[in-house]
Amino acid sequence: MSISVKNLSKHYGQQKAVNQISFDAKPGRILGFLGPNGAGKSTTMKMLTGYLQPTSGNAEIAGKDIEVEPLEVKKQIGYLPENTPLYIDMYVREFLSFVAQTYGLSDIAKRVEEVIQQVGLTQEQHKKIGMLSKGYKQRVGLAQAIIHQPQVLILDEPTSGLDPNQLSDIRALIKNLGKDRTVIISTHIMQEVEAICDDVIIINKGVLVANSSIDELKKAHQNKTLEQIFKQLTL
Amino acid sequence: MLAVFKRELFSFLNSLMAYITIGIFLLACGLMFWFFPDTSILEYGYAEMDGFFGLVPYLFMFLISAITMRSFAEERKEGTYVLLATRPLTNLQIISAKYLACLVLVLFALLPTLIYCYSIAQLGLPKGNLDTGAIIGSYIGLFLLGGAFTAIGIFASSFTKNQIIAFAVSVFLCFFAYSGFDSVSKISAFRGIENQLANLGIAEHYQSISRGVLDTRDVVYFVSFVALFFGLTHVVIGGRKW
Repeated sequence: MSISVKNLSKHYGQQKAVNQISFDAKPGRILGFLGPNGAGKSTTMKMLTGYLQPTSGNAEIAGKDIEVEPLEVKKQIGYLPENTPLYIDMYVREFLSFVAQTYGLSDIAKRVEEVIQQVGLTQEQHKKIGMLSKGYKQRVGLAQAIIHQPQVLILDEPTSGLDPNQLSDIRALIKNLGKDRTVIISTHIMQEVEAICDDVIIINKGVLVANSSIDELKKAHQNKTLEQIFKQLTL
Repeated sequence: MLAVFKRELFSFLNSLMAYITIGIFLLACGLMFWFFPDTSILEYGYAEMDGFFGLVPYLFMFLISAITMRSFAEERKEGTYVLLATRPLTNLQIISAKYLACLVLVLFALLPTLIYCYSIAQLGLPKGNLDTGAIIGSYIGLFLLGGAFTAIGIFASSFTKNQIIAFAVSVFLCFFAYSGFDSVSKISAFRGIENQLANLGIAEHYQSISRGVLDTRDVVYFVSFVALFFGLTHVVIGGRKW
């Protein structure tokens, strides 16, 4: 089991942003993490990546508890944060080698070259990040998430704001990456979930309302479309 | 940690901001030390640098606050802090990397002023008649003072996303830590403990090192001062909600 979350909660004063959620994610399968805006998706992801401290509950990544061995866990995770924050004053290559150095990778130049090819940044590799269009920034974000070949990928809305061509590129890339590792992606696009995800969890107001494979979910809801199921569970 | 330190330093050196701040600092030093009659060495008549070493702490308050104000505040504002926080780095490593990068920049600003020593030595009568011990002591004192101010600046930058607030708070804290305690100790209500109060301030220890006597008590003071603000920054960064 690559990710195992048990009763994870995050409270901000009275408000329960995430309330006792539990789920598992398996290697070789892509897990779609759905929910309306403000449901607690990003908060959950931030807790898994060690950015936020959970109020209660725990989570294990590759068998290691996120609060007991945070540094070990962080080495196993590749994370693409929401809105893809990047150091815009750095060059693409410079930034990627910086990220590689923070993981203490050995053959940095070679690895940077590989990820640049993998995410399709070859044309733009000598530009400043601030000069790139949104789609290419997103690719830089993906590149920094996969540069250390993590076992677990956590991608927060990796396809928001992309044009249709870029969309299919990035989806193909994610699907490819998901073959031999555990991937969690959050998204609002239902077609995307059907296209690339194997399992799906739906969260609403901090509470888990669905957790199964896509096929089972549809079976349980008389073969309605995913969109109808989503509305039924979260409205 | 080395990677973060290098990134911070290069991001300073790649931006105009560092050069402009350091340039203005050196310009102000030059004007005050050589040109403005009130503080000029040429009007003063003695070939010694005491005036300069009395002046620099006040310029440092602005220089160092300007250098450190962006370190955490900017990352918070742009949301890029998540890029550091999710790497296999401890908070302390991130703070130290940013601290050292700022400190190196402060050293860059201080380095050109070594020329003044040479100029003063040439002006002395007889030539080269210079109190070397006091000057070396004063530079060590300035370095420690810079270290203390940088720790304050990093702390001020950690609790806000607004760089102007970070700057203003940092200038005030530096000023208070430097000469505030000294002034407070002169209030008559504190007559019994005025020495202890003055000892809390940086000025007392800086002046003691400037005399050319490197006392362990002063060094311990500066080290614990920096450690205190590291600790405070660590608390702020650890309890983040942004």
